Amino acid sequence: MKSLKYVIPGLAFIVLAGFFYKGLFLDPRTVPSPLIGKPAPTFELEELRNPSESFVTADMHGQPAVMNVWATWCAGCRDEHEFLMRLGRSGTVPIYGLNYRDERPAALQWLSRLGDPYVKIAYDPDGMGSLDWGVYGAPETFLLDPDGTVVYKHLGPMTPRVWEQEFLPRISEMRVASR
Amino acid sequence: MRRLAALLLAGSLVFGTGVLRADSVLEMNPSETFDTPEQVERYETLTHELRCVVCQNQSVAESNVELARDLRRIVRDMILAGNTDAEIKKFMTDRYGDFVLYDPPLKPVTYLLWGAPVILLLVGAAVMVSVVGSRSREAGDDEGMGENT
Repeated sequence: MKSLKYVIPGLAFIVLAGFFYKGLFLDPRTVPSPLIGKPAPTFELEELRNPSESFVTADMHGQPAVMNVWATWCAGCRDEHEFLMRLGRSGTVPIYGLNYRDERPAALQWLSRLGDPYVKIAYDPDGMGSLDWGVYGAPETFLLDPDGTVVYKHLGPMTPRVWEQEFLPRISEMRVASR
Repeated sequence: MRRLAALLLAGSLVFGTGVLRADSVLEMNPSETFDTPEQVERYETLTHELRCVVCQNQSVAESNVELARDLRRIVRDMILAGNTDAEIKKFMTDRYGDFVLYDPPLKPVTYLLWGAPVILLLVGAAVMVSVVGSRSREAGDDEGMGENT
């Protein structure tokens, strides 16, 4: 009975320490997206580069696709841009863009200066199209399957590590499934 | 907050209320935008219950971030369009998940969250009972020893 006096606080300490240790590696900015496993929300927005053209969600269907939310005011977007360029060149999956709360001239200038990895870019200056996607910060990157279901969402700059660990395995799974 | 309100009031007197009201919804005065006091109250309650996902320790009502402004406008528009509070909350959780609600709903993933206080209380009670029990037994032993000597 006496030993309980030491065992209980000891256990409580270990359990708490476990939670705190886990918490050290969690990013409080990452909010789990309720969209995972659901059909991608629909939007119909102007194409950034060709204002006369429209870009609808269904344009991304038919193959695994990546949709990257970016803006010129977003520092993380600048960080990931080089990697997106590499991804675009590799041709693994088409990369679509969602230009979020930005200005067209600034966005076009950004693309001509840094390169343009996108197949199509939706221009969403007031953020209303992005709202349905639950976008709350840029950069965000969504992975869609060929049916247009949201499979994964990454918050923050895309990095080779995230791409290899979270995106590539899911993409090859889709390829296997659709074969 | 009161000083800010006074400043806004002074500003609106100088520049004319029309200009201020026209160019942004942020500075809107809910009592002017809504038809009934109930709607104003619902607006206030809802925007305080919604977390601003960008600036996580503020509610949608408090935050100045663009997204929070848009969400306030959406809450207002939905109230005016006759949506219920539940419909407005669903609109928000469909997009941002339960995280936007300061008051998370009771469902399997949140059982532990809601149950934790009760569990901890029971654990505490169990510990207390066992400690008090062993103490009084010890005290009883002491008394017994006292009688013997």
